[in-house]
Amino acid sequence: MALLALFSSATFAFEEGLALSESSWEEKAEWIETLSKDTTDEAEQILQHWVGGNLFYWPAENRLVAGTKEGRKYELREIIGGLVINVVKRKAVKKIKVNNKLRRQIKQALAYRSLSSPDASKRLKAITELKRKPDYSLLQTLLRLEVANPDLTTARDLRTLVGLVYLESSKSTEQIEGIKRLTGNLSSEAKEGLSRLLLREDLTSDVRALGQRTIKDIEKKLLYWGHAQNIVFGVSLGSILLLAAVGLAITFGVMGVINMAHGEFIMLGAYTTFVVQQIIPGNSATALLVSIPAAFMIAGAAGILLEKSVIRHLYGRPLETLLATVGVSLLLQQMVRSIFGPLNQAVTSPEILSGSFVVNAAFAITYNRVFVIIFAALVIVGLWLLMYRTSFGVRLRAVTMNRGMAASMGIRSQRMDALAFGLGSGVAGIAGVAISQLTNVGPNLGQAYIVDSFMVVVFGGVGNLFGTAIAAIGLGVATKIVEPIIGAVLAKIVILIFIILFIQRRPRGLFALRGRSVEE
Amino acid sequence: MLSTLSIKKRFAALSLVTSLLTLNSVSAADSIKVGVLHSLSGTMAISETTLKDTVLMMIDKQNEAGGLLGKQLEAVVVDPASNWPLFAEKTRELLEKEQVDVIFGCWTSVSRKSVLPVIEELNGLLFYPVQYEGEESSKNVFYTGAAPNQQAIPAVDYLIGELGAERFVLAGTDYVYPRTTNKILENYLKDLGVDDSDIMINYTPFGHSDWQTIVSDIKAFGSAGKKTAVVSTINGDANVPFYKELGNQGISAEDIPVIAFSVGEEELSGFDTGPLVGHLAAWNYFMSAEADINDEFIETWHQFTGDEGRVTNDPMEATYIGFEMWVKAVEKAGTTDVDSVRPALYGTAVPNLTGGTAVMHTNHHLQKPVLIGEILEDGQFEIVSATAGEVIGDAWTNFLPDSAKIIADWTSPVSCGNYNLETQQCSGQNF
Amino acid sequence: MDQLFRKLTLAFVIVVVLYVFINNILFPESFGLGLDSYYLTLIGKYLCFAILALALDAVWGYCGILSLGHGAFFALGGYAMGMYLMRQIGDRGVYGDPLLPDFMVFLNWTELPWFWTGFDQPWFAALMVIMVPGLLAFFFGWFAFRSRVSGVYLSIITQALTYALMLAFFRNEMGFGGNNGLTDFKDILGYPISAESTRASLMILSGLALIFFLIFTSWAMRTKFGRVLLAIRDSEDRARFLGYRVESYKLFIFVLSATMAGIAGALYVPQIGIINPGEFSPLNSIEIVVWVAVGGRGSLYGAALGAVVVNLAKTYFTGAYPDAWLYFLGSLFVLSTIFMPRGIVGILQDSLHWLLPQKSRYRRKSSP
Repeated sequence: MALLALFSSATFAFEEGLALSESSWEEKAEWIETLSKDTTDEAEQILQHWVGGNLFYWPAENRLVAGTKEGRKYELREIIGGLVINVVKRKAVKKIKVNNKLRRQIKQALAYRSLSSPDASKRLKAITELKRKPDYSLLQTLLRLEVANPDLTTARDLRTLVGLVYLESSKSTEQIEGIKRLTGNLSSEAKEGLSRLLLREDLTSDVRALGQRTIKDIEKKLLYWGHAQNIVFGVSLGSILLLAAVGLAITFGVMGVINMAHGEFIMLGAYTTFVVQQIIPGNSATALLVSIPAAFMIAGAAGILLEKSVIRHLYGRPLETLLATVGVSLLLQQMVRSIFGPLNQAVTSPEILSGSFVVNAAFAITYNRVFVIIFAALVIVGLWLLMYRTSFGVRLRAVTMNRGMAASMGIRSQRMDALAFGLGSGVAGIAGVAISQLTNVGPNLGQAYIVDSFMVVVFGGVGNLFGTAIAAIGLGVATKIVEPIIGAVLAKIVILIFIILFIQRRPRGLFALRGRSVEE
Repeated sequence: MLSTLSIKKRFAALSLVTSLLTLNSVSAADSIKVGVLHSLSGTMAISETTLKDTVLMMIDKQNEAGGLLGKQLEAVVVDPASNWPLFAEKTRELLEKEQVDVIFGCWTSVSRKSVLPVIEELNGLLFYPVQYEGEESSKNVFYTGAAPNQQAIPAVDYLIGELGAERFVLAGTDYVYPRTTNKILENYLKDLGVDDSDIMINYTPFGHSDWQTIVSDIKAFGSAGKKTAVVSTINGDANVPFYKELGNQGISAEDIPVIAFSVGEEELSGFDTGPLVGHLAAWNYFMSAEADINDEFIETWHQFTGDEGRVTNDPMEATYIGFEMWVKAVEKAGTTDVDSVRPALYGTAVPNLTGGTAVMHTNHHLQKPVLIGEILEDGQFEIVSATAGEVIGDAWTNFLPDSAKIIADWTSPVSCGNYNLETQQCSGQNF
Repeated sequence: MDQLFRKLTLAFVIVVVLYVFINNILFPESFGLGLDSYYLTLIGKYLCFAILALALDAVWGYCGILSLGHGAFFALGGYAMGMYLMRQIGDRGVYGDPLLPDFMVFLNWTELPWFWTGFDQPWFAALMVIMVPGLLAFFFGWFAFRSRVSGVYLSIITQALTYALMLAFFRNEMGFGGNNGLTDFKDILGYPISAESTRASLMILSGLALIFFLIFTSWAMRTKFGRVLLAIRDSEDRARFLGYRVESYKLFIFVLSATMAGIAGALYVPQIGIINPGEFSPLNSIEIVVWVAVGGRGSLYGAALGAVVVNLAKTYFTGAYPDAWLYFLGSLFVLSTIFMPRGIVGILQDSLHWLLPQKSRYRRKSSP
């Protein structure tokens, strides 16, 4: 290992750089091994750059450098200090590649280094990393750390890690100690560690028995939490359905219009998010906030335009608007395809929305789902206030219930139609913002939601906000309860058949709207 | 009055129909027509539009270089609109009405299956540029994408050999390509001694967008004490929510790596690749391949599209190889006649974009290298493994008992795409 | 006046059928006027779609039942035919299994599922083409009409029906070939399916079916039964109060319409050469509604015309303007609803009005 000397000598102009860039994964693994034993800052920096994919061999100067991509060129920096040396073409440098296995190895090595870091968050990160691949040789260090740093942030994770490390031991007393420390621990690492232990041949019978008991206990608890988790999944799915359908409930309810272009309004909202992100680059949280009103305005304006230009002319023929709106949906799809191209567009999620809200190791809700659930709740509350606490809402509901009577009371029903259509479409646009955080933003986005939206609206009872909300959440949860039992496809079929049968029992949906005009 | 009008009407209607029926455009004799049969609208437009542009780019390039056999190439583009019966209809239109000499087209298996009877009946020539499930070799189709042994098997070898995977989730969209690939892999894994309980198979519908349950199942499956990997044959659109959910539930590539067969540069350009770093894909080509010919290809592509940000991908390379091969074979045969071009294609070698050579074999499949790439932050792939040599595409896999005894060879004495070695018979042919 | 256009439409179909019969079947060689297979399949397809549109118009135009799931009946008829054609392949399949279709061999199935038995017999398959869509429509309609599900609710549950069927047929375990569906047919009733004469015969058969259904439905709509249907369409409650058993009438026309759609599907499949779950997609069913609306609802021949015109436009635009055809089609739908509220039929009638103001007024009074 001539390299060892070179690495630690702090001179990075070594011939072996070339060899490093061309060596096999096994050879690289050996080098990492060597580097991780090296306690110098230089070695750590090399590992840092390596794991980040920024380590390059520069043949012209025959040394290792850190590089970052700038357009089609590479900016080269000193490994230590980060001083910019040069900007070169792609071919002028050779990347020192890294793969999954090496990345894991380097991360472990770096984690080991920062175990004793004064920064608690760094320590926590290190412990989390080390849990993935517990190594018995860590035991003494960890025990010392446990005594020296009894802080609360890392205590629980450290306990798990120590337990996991004990499990790797070959002494049965230590194995039992490990099992005890992991009793009732719901993290996947604990279960994995215990399962790994039980796979071993050389266990004593009482260790095996204790291990089996502990894992069974964990599994029981996991099952229980799994059900809870599943309900939350259902609520989150339901929230998406709700967002997609609630706009339709308004237009469908007020005017009896089957708006086949509703899905495309959702798509418009999603594309608005994308465009706003292009305008405000680098700050996706702000962009997301800005895109909510923007999407509402754009989709709403499109809705009003559609109402004024097309649907208005189709009065008294609500079913025929279906034909016109199918046409509009085709036009909007193709328009988006012409402007943005047929490919999906990348909408980035803000940092705040990545990661999970962790109740315990077995029950966590991802932040973007939390966002969607809260968002849906806000939308529905907002709509409720609008419909039941403002004069606009009163007039709108009056038109929904009995158009003729409302008109004779002096409500300008045509104006209400346009506004209702704009409102419904605007809400669809907002739904698009939420959906852009979860799935593809492409020309076909709308098509994916239109059928489901219709089901929700009809199931809940046309023109009934409350019904739509209950229907959406109900269908979401039901889908998630059925799905683990019979699979995703059959679950969907079962739900559809359920809706068909349900409508037989209650031909006007869950919450039928009272009023004469609904009899048509 | 009325009767005369009705006669006139009838006459008008008749003349209308006859004029419609004789709309047969007279093809210019001094050009060679190239049919392009890729969906430009509907669900598959997202993938297929790029391939249409690739063919148009290749035609431009060829015309600039003086055309073919002294004639100019002329593209005939139609839109089968992701509608499978329409694929059959459009093929017939291309072959009978437009009289094209060759067709580049199709993406999904079902579109190819739909086109197959027509192209065989009318003796056309189709270059199919997408990785597929195999179990087919038609006289009139050349498969320039990967067969399962050129993608799936090396991928699993990498998972086992390099990453030490012992437990496998085979997740796919419920259609024939994932079904076949997973069946082949299941047999292959069992041959390697992987236990039944260490294989989890999961199918989801097209465009599946709610992955919460399945990802948490995968997570649970992965915590059984053995290194777990996911082999994904999830189709196009469903991938974005799948990967997003993986990221959200905190599954990193180092915990449970996912190797995908349908995720390439173009799919990645549609989303935020941050959480995906380290996940894998197996293809015969990556845009990041270091070869002069690749740089040149990317350069041309950027010029053609006028967009520096456009990526290239494996099906584009397959289209490129198919086109170059067809050009070479036509030059060799001196004609575009299908019966002359077909034999001329056997053994034709053209440089592929990764620096090697692609050769067309008599089973209508290519010999190509297999590359494994890891996803990088910028949506590109880092090539982490490549097969030692090029792998010959196997039309009929050896890992399924029913197809192991079948071979394809379109030269005599076999001259059959479906020759049963046991019964010594050629079956399933339409002519 | 409707009579005139109906007769014209009929005459037009008859002319096309006769043309093909003479030039493709009787004298395929002598005149050289025979249509080639591209046009044969294309016209065949239009004719099948025309029957389908006719079927929808019978329930929508005459009884006010807007079905957004008629594609399901069409596809079921198509699948019944497809199963027959699959069985006809016999041991000429890819894996050479004498009994099982290729996709079953491939999925390691060892025996034929029970619901595939009998489909090797053409009479059984023909029966199923009518029975399967008919029975489904019967049970569905029996429940729905008895529960008085109507309006958009009915439309949406028919959509749910076709959507559920699509998802079900996508499943490979169902035994219908999954996403790829049924394809690679070899022959029908012993005749090779790709032969020009077979194609011509199938096209002629589709034409004859269309002629028959046009005559049959317009006769049926002129009878008392038809009048009751119209009464139900215009006011269901009043019809009920007058003592008509509205449910039975609705059910009858719904089942009849479903079997018509099934027959259309059965004629469609051998000409197109593939049937797959895409036919069940809700969008396809909506498209049928669009054909009828473009043609003109409630006149029967208008539906047939609409189907042909829209599909003709689609065929032309997808070839001529592959990048922009959706603009054309979309605009066609929007403009035709705004400016042609009664569809093509309305335009035809208005133009005739304009030409013959007096006569048409007279005829309108006397016409049904």
